[in-house]
Amino acid sequence: MNGSLEDDLRPPVPDLTRRECVSALGAASAAAGLDLAAVAGLAAPAEAASPAQTVLVAVRINNTKHDLTIDPRLTLLDLLREHLGLTGTKKGCDHGQCGACTVLLNGNRINSCLTLAACVDGDRIETIEGIGKGGTLDPVQSAFVDADAFQCGYCTPGQICSAVALLSEARRGDASFVTKDLAQLGAVDLTDSEVRERMSGNICRCGAYPQIVRAVRIAEEQETSR
Amino acid sequence: MNPFHYQRPMNVTAAIQAVSPNSKFLAGGTNLIDLMKNGVERPAELIDINRAGFAAIEPQPDGGLRLGAAARNSDTANFPMVRYQYPLLARAILSGASPQLRNRATNGGNLMQRTRCPYFMDVAFPQCNKRAPGTGCGAIGGLNRMHAIFGASPDCIAVQPSDMCVALTALDAVVRVRGPNGERRIPIGDFHRLPGNTPQVDTNLKPDELIISIDLPRSPYAAHSCYLKIRDRASYEFALVSVAAALDTDGETIHSARIVLGGVAHKPWRVQRAEQTLTGRKPSLELFARAADDAVADAKPYRQNAFKVELARRAVARALGTAGGLE
Repeated sequence: MNGSLEDDLRPPVPDLTRRECVSALGAASAAAGLDLAAVAGLAAPAEAASPAQTVLVAVRINNTKHDLTIDPRLTLLDLLREHLGLTGTKKGCDHGQCGACTVLLNGNRINSCLTLAACVDGDRIETIEGIGKGGTLDPVQSAFVDADAFQCGYCTPGQICSAVALLSEARRGDASFVTKDLAQLGAVDLTDSEVRERMSGNICRCGAYPQIVRAVRIAEEQETSR
Repeated sequence: MNPFHYQRPMNVTAAIQAVSPNSKFLAGGTNLIDLMKNGVERPAELIDINRAGFAAIEPQPDGGLRLGAAARNSDTANFPMVRYQYPLLARAILSGASPQLRNRATNGGNLMQRTRCPYFMDVAFPQCNKRAPGTGCGAIGGLNRMHAIFGASPDCIAVQPSDMCVALTALDAVVRVRGPNGERRIPIGDFHRLPGNTPQVDTNLKPDELIISIDLPRSPYAAHSCYLKIRDRASYEFALVSVAAALDTDGETIHSARIVLGGVAHKPWRVQRAEQTLTGRKPSLELFARAADDAVADAKPYRQNAFKVELARRAVARALGTAGGLE
């Protein structure tokens, strides 16, 4: 017998990073004639209408304009990850229950998994790749590092996008369910309970919540002292 | 997701003209896209109404407020007049979902959202009269902790999951809809329906009609209202029981009252008998306890949700106490 079972399981190209490896597999699949739409979970069932409709979408993502021809079933999340290589935005539940896919749509945080890419024609999207400018961390990103606000890190891009939006919502005086006096319209006093309520759309399976709350408060303090 | 044809009309008239037998309007998509991913909804055509206008929120000459059906939930909750004059509505909206979902979800879509009954949401369950009429109800003999205690039928015990609609019912909202033959106005209490033997029909909106706005009359309840939501976790969760309590009172006499329960029926559950218990009397915790008893007198729980009856009774008493400034 040539080669043990162990030999067979050895990674073929050990120098590749995980992301490069995944990309290489994707490229190999494409070369093998696999449909990218099928990889993205869009496999058409038997009654597929033919020919498939395509939709034109012009969208500005992290300040770069994209003119795209897409399948109307494509979600914004799959557009970012599978078609544009912006894999910072994560697919967690894919059903709007975890917040890992949070991005900013015209400045407002949304779940990209429940938004069709066709619906954002003419809009402006900001993803985690667009937070922080030219290699400099955004204050929210620095605060997440300083507060050790993650363990595995999978939910972190969504947490950070959410926190960036949270701070601008608080600045302009948006209320939350725990805001005591709804008639008071000024900037919000971001207590721990306000931060917890406002971040509740982002689940952290590692349970880094106390540190996430601290990170948001650190970022807010830095912002107000600037 | 099944293949569908997509179109994006630029005004309401074009949107209504685009309706076909198996089309759906797409607004925020926070419920519809999820259901399409599950295979629960399989429309042949999506009519994207996000560019069709009707998103304005406009104060009315009579002191009321018109909420555009395409306005986002977050914009509605934070509209200054909603926060001043209809805090019950602001609080109810803010109690639902997450900031991300409220930024996308629209007011019309909130009215149209479907039940979160697990037998409806998951096509792997063979029984669901709402999803596949005639197959039976999996929840009646199955997992029914979250289900109805009022107004259910032998065919369906699902609940309408909205918080916003509970507050709208307490505020006597009117739903303005438009179809090929023009507009009509549906009082919010007549908008959603009980399941009866056709649980697949959630509302009295016709298939070719589009919700244009939700109209709020001037409210006497701004000073004395409370939206209380009881759920399994502190945030980002549907209600086990919620209560919209609203009192028009000078502290001596209750001139009128609204008590509406959420999470307990196929529609927001207004309890007029309990409201009448309050009307004309002096607010007190004893009076509120009597109204709470009346509110749950007709409850019919199932195997796993009998706790909701006592929970609802206490929630009504507490919400009235808060609304009346006595707790």
